[in-house]
Amino acid sequence: MKKIKGFWLFLVLSIIVYGTVQVLINAGILNNFYSNTLIFISINIILAVSLHLVIGITGQFSIGHAGFLAVGAYISAIVTMKLSLPFPIAILAGGLIAALAGLVVGIPTLRLRGDYLAIATLGFAEIIRIVFLNIDAVGGAAGMQVTKMTTWTYTFICLFITIAVITNFTKSRHGRACISIRENEIAADAMGINTTYYKVVAFAIGSFFAGIAGGLYAHNFYIIQPSQFGFLKSFDILIFVVLGGLGSLSGAVISAILLTVVSTFLQGYPETRMIIYSLVLVLVMLYRPQGLMGTREITDLFKRKSVKGGS
Amino acid sequence: MEWVQQIVNGISLGSIYALIALGYTMVYGIIKLINFAHGEVFMIGAFVGFYSIAGWGFGFFPALLLAMTVCAIMGMVIERVAYRRLRNATRIAALITAIGISLFIQYLVIYFRGAQPEAYPNVLSNKTFDFFGAQISSQSVMILSTSIVLMLLLQFIVHKTKVGKAMRAVSHDMDAARLMGINVNTTISATFAIGSSLAGAAGVFFGVYYTKIEPLMGVIPGLKAFVAAVLGGIGIIPGAMVGGLVLGLVETVVSAFGYSLWRDAAAFIILILILLFKPSGIFGKNAREKV
Repeated sequence: MKKIKGFWLFLVLSIIVYGTVQVLINAGILNNFYSNTLIFISINIILAVSLHLVIGITGQFSIGHAGFLAVGAYISAIVTMKLSLPFPIAILAGGLIAALAGLVVGIPTLRLRGDYLAIATLGFAEIIRIVFLNIDAVGGAAGMQVTKMTTWTYTFICLFITIAVITNFTKSRHGRACISIRENEIAADAMGINTTYYKVVAFAIGSFFAGIAGGLYAHNFYIIQPSQFGFLKSFDILIFVVLGGLGSLSGAVISAILLTVVSTFLQGYPETRMIIYSLVLVLVMLYRPQGLMGTREITDLFKRKSVKGGS
Repeated sequence: MEWVQQIVNGISLGSIYALIALGYTMVYGIIKLINFAHGEVFMIGAFVGFYSIAGWGFGFFPALLLAMTVCAIMGMVIERVAYRRLRNATRIAALITAIGISLFIQYLVIYFRGAQPEAYPNVLSNKTFDFFGAQISSQSVMILSTSIVLMLLLQFIVHKTKVGKAMRAVSHDMDAARLMGINVNTTISATFAIGSSLAGAAGVFFGVYYTKIEPLMGVIPGLKAFVAAVLGGIGIIPGAMVGGLVLGLVETVVSAFGYSLWRDAAAFIILILILLFKPSGIFGKNAREKV
C-alpha cells in the first residue's frame, strides 16, 4: 500500500516538474540555452542512474559505460537518418541494441571480478569505439550528421521511465538479489541466488538505458563522432555515481545535476574543469569513500524516526 | 626481407611497452593496485627528457638519467599522497583514486603548457645499416640494448639486493613481512620509485623513437602496457617483459597487414581473450579463491 502511494507521489511530482518547465519553454522564459542545459542534465541523469544499477546496486565495477552510450547513439542515428523511421522507434531500437551489446559484453566478462572486470569493460568500450571509427557508413572519424529531434518532452518521458523502472527493479526481489551480490557474492551464491544471471540482467538493463540516453544524446547535438564516446565519457558517468554515493539513486541524480551545471559553467575552461573534477574525485575517495549520500536515499529524510529501531 | 625489419620494429616498440608494464606489474604485485597514473609518469618522463635535451642541451644518457630520477621522485610522491591512505580501502576506491590522479596530472600539464604536441629533438644519430638485407636504424638498436640493460639491472635489484628481497617478501605477505621487521612503507616507496623510473626511461625512448610527444600520450601506451602486464601474468616480472614484447610484435604485425586503424583494438582483444581464458596470464599460476 505504502509503495503504491510513493509511486503516485512520484508521478504527480514529475508531472508538475514537467509541466512547469514545458510552460516556461513555451512562454519563452527559458531560452534555448537553458532548455538545452535541462535536456543535457536529464540525459546525464539517465546515464548516471543506469550505471548506478550496475555499480551501486549490483556492485559490478564497469568503467566502459560510454561504449553502450555509443551503441545507442549510433543505432538510433542510423534508424532516423538512414531508415527514416520516427524518433521514438529510434530511441527504442538504440536501447534494445545497446542491451544486446550489454548481453554480449556481460556474459563473458561478468565472470571476472573487481579490477579485472573494470579493465575488461574498459577494453570493450574501446573496441566498440574503434569499430564505429572504422565503419565508413557512419562517417568514420569525421562523424555522422544527425537532425536535432530531442525535445524536453521526449527527454522527460525517458527520464521518468528510467527512474521508475530502476527504482522498482531495486525494490523487487530481483533487486534484492542484486544487492546481496554487491554485499557478498559468495554468500549470495551459497543462499541459492543465481549470481551470474542477476549480474547479466542488471548489466543488460543498465546498458538498455544507456542506449536510450545515447539516442537522446545523438539527436541533441547535430553530430556524433567516435571521439565523444572515449574513456573520458565513461569517466564522467562514473564520477556521477561515485560522487553521489555508491548505492544511492538519489545521490546519483543529485550529483548528475550538480556536476552538469558546474561543467556547463566551466565549458570555456575545459582544463580547469577536468582538474577540478579529478581533484574532487580523489578528495572524495580519500576522505569520504562512501560518496555524498552513502547508500541512503533522499526519501529517507521524510521517513518517520521510529522506523529506525526496526519495524 | 621486410619482415625482419617489421620484427625489429615490433621488438623496439615491445621493449617500450615492457618497460612500462614492469612498473604496473611491480606495483600490482606489492599492493594489488592498478596504478592508472603510471601512464602519466611515462608522459612526464618524456617531457623531462624533452626539456633537458632541447632546453638545456643534455645528451641522451644524461637526459635519460634525469628523466628516471624525476619520475622516481614523482612515483614516490603519488604513492605517499594518494595511495598510502587507501591501503585498507576497497579496491573500487583505490581504482577510482588512481584514475583521478591520472587525469589530474594530464590536465595539470595541459593547463601549464597547453595541449600542443612537441617534436622531439634528434638526439641519437640515426644511421641505418644492413642486417641480412633489412634496414635497421641505430636508434632501435640503442633503445633495445638500453632497455635490456635496464631490465637486467631490475632483475639484479629484485633478486640480489636487500631492497629486492624486502619487495619480494612484502608482495608475498605484507603482514608477515612487517612482523619480520621489514619496513613496509619504505619498501612500497622503493617499488614505486623503481617502477616509475623505468616508465620515465620508456618515455624518453618513446619520444626518441616516435619524435612526437603530447600531454595525453600516456593514456594509450599506459593501457597497452597494462594489457602486456596482464598478458604475462600480473605481478610477475619476467611476464611483463615477455608480455610487452609479444604485444609490440602483434601490433606491428597487425599494422604490417594494413589494418593500422585496428591496431589499438588488437591490444584490447588480446586483453579480453587472456582475461577470459587464462586470467592469471602466460606465466601465472592459478590461485584458488578463499572465502
